[in-house]
Amino acid sequence: MSTLSKLGFVLFLFIGIPTTYAQPLYQPLGQKADTLSSKPEWNLTIFPDGRGLPQGAGDAAQGKKIFTQHCVACHGFDAIGASAMPLVGEVGSLTSEYPEKTVNSYWPYATTLFDYIRRSMPPSSPYSLSSNEIYALCAYILSQDGIIESGVELNEVTLPQVTMPNRDGFSVIHQQ
Amino acid sequence: MAKKLVKSRRQFLQTTALGSAFASFSLPLIAAQKAADFTANLPESMRQAGKPFSNYGQPSPYEKDIIRWIAANQDMPGNGVSWSPLHELQGTITPNGLHYERHHNGVPDIDPATHQLLIDGLVEQPLSFSIETLKRYPQTSRICFIECGGNSNSGWRNIPIQSSAGYAHGLVSNAEWTGVPLSYLLQEAGIKPEAKWVIAEAADGASLNISIPIEKLLDDAILALYQNGERLRPENGYPLRLVLPGWEGIVNVKWLRQLRLTDTPVMSRDETAQYTDLMPDGSARQFSFIMDAKSLITSPSLGMHLSDNPGIYQVTGLAWSGRGKITRVEVSDDSGESWLDAELQEPILDKAFTRFNLPWQWQGQYAVLQSRATDDSGYVQPSREALVANRGTDGFFHYNAIVSWEVTEEGDINHVYPF
Repeated sequence: MSTLSKLGFVLFLFIGIPTTYAQPLYQPLGQKADTLSSKPEWNLTIFPDGRGLPQGAGDAAQGKKIFTQHCVACHGFDAIGASAMPLVGEVGSLTSEYPEKTVNSYWPYATTLFDYIRRSMPPSSPYSLSSNEIYALCAYILSQDGIIESGVELNEVTLPQVTMPNRDGFSVIHQQ
Repeated sequence: MAKKLVKSRRQFLQTTALGSAFASFSLPLIAAQKAADFTANLPESMRQAGKPFSNYGQPSPYEKDIIRWIAANQDMPGNGVSWSPLHELQGTITPNGLHYERHHNGVPDIDPATHQLLIDGLVEQPLSFSIETLKRYPQTSRICFIECGGNSNSGWRNIPIQSSAGYAHGLVSNAEWTGVPLSYLLQEAGIKPEAKWVIAEAADGASLNISIPIEKLLDDAILALYQNGERLRPENGYPLRLVLPGWEGIVNVKWLRQLRLTDTPVMSRDETAQYTDLMPDGSARQFSFIMDAKSLITSPSLGMHLSDNPGIYQVTGLAWSGRGKITRVEVSDDSGESWLDAELQEPILDKAFTRFNLPWQWQGQYAVLQSRATDDSGYVQPSREALVANRGTDGFFHYNAIVSWEVTEEGDINHVYPF
């Protein structure tokens, strides 16, 4: 039903004279937002199949430089953690006595890394990194545990193709 | 209290003695002096004008120590939590200034005049709403708890943490949330049949995003504008918060800007890396939204001291369940050997704090006080032993085991694992 015809329906009810209503009576007030919905600032979500990824590319060598500049203070040298979480290492540790949940040991999808870095990192200035820089950071982190070869360039096509070690490690509790 | 009574009785006696000393002079003087004595004994507050009106009331300065307890990352002070002081509160409604906080990158400053909510994705017509527009819809109110999925997570540690009840278990609070039933707006936009999930996104410095099954949003979700009757506090999502009764805090998205209807979840960081529960076999529970039944004795509790031996103490606490209403809370003083039903204070509401009370006669013996909640789904709050046997100790999230307060023969109270 279009907004206009809904409005007509409501007006019709007004004419119907009852003063109280068993069902909620309200005027649909949403503004059509097709233009807004297509703008990039309203399309931040990146899906595991790559939907939402922007164009760009970067590799591990470039990523290491960016990491040293923007990330080391909290995530530590070689991304092994400091005041912020360790990002690399501990692959295979989840079944051990001391499981460590790093990006490389725990995260099921590589696309999550791009999605999260872009929207949240670095915390003092989110959205300050370019798409190329974020692809490079993803490449650097993933290459640390051999999830991708160190020379591989990640981009909007190759990032969703990366298979994370813990891809099948989750069981969905909520049943739809 | 007893001390105060004794003190005032002594003061009373002293005053009388002073009065009779003056009585030996002259009668008119006695009358005047008696009046002076009497007024001098009134509290200061009765012998002067009080402070003027205030535009927005604040707690008594004598209550300045009743605060949220903050723990945040030193390099990222906006990433952390503040615990609600449940052990200092009574009743069931958490005052707005003491509602727990969990922020991922601080509290944003959002002007409601420019804030928009966009509903798009798998809808017939993408729609945007201003805050003023949302206020024109029928409003609904719901008293419910919101609990961080990571609440009580110190319980997974091998050594019982010696923190006050609220500062270990207070990442949960209970408020009356008022706003627009989200189902109205989703229906207005028109839901396409292939829409199964909704990705909620926040307008904070983390642009927090999380996937929510659409059936929950159509069931009882509220787009909250008000918290305990006033507009939301900034730290609780001003100007717009998603409230999903009974579900873990992370999906009750604050500072809400967008709801995108999709066929699949986004697999965001906060539904994969975080807020998933690692199990002993190395697998992890994902989308474990419901907060299971839990209870906590808030008094007597750690840090308090039983001064009278023997003495009667009112055991009181809170119980709640993300599955429904609390039907029963049992209390034990012997480490779970025997249980007594506590009185459940009305009103007992669905997915809300329920206050329980039980008077207790302490005879100076060593005791371990516990409470155990049951909800109307039949779920019974587990012992720590049972929870750990099932889930291991690395789950981090969704800890809801029975809490044990040890009362020593000296009347001191500690946190223990009783096995």
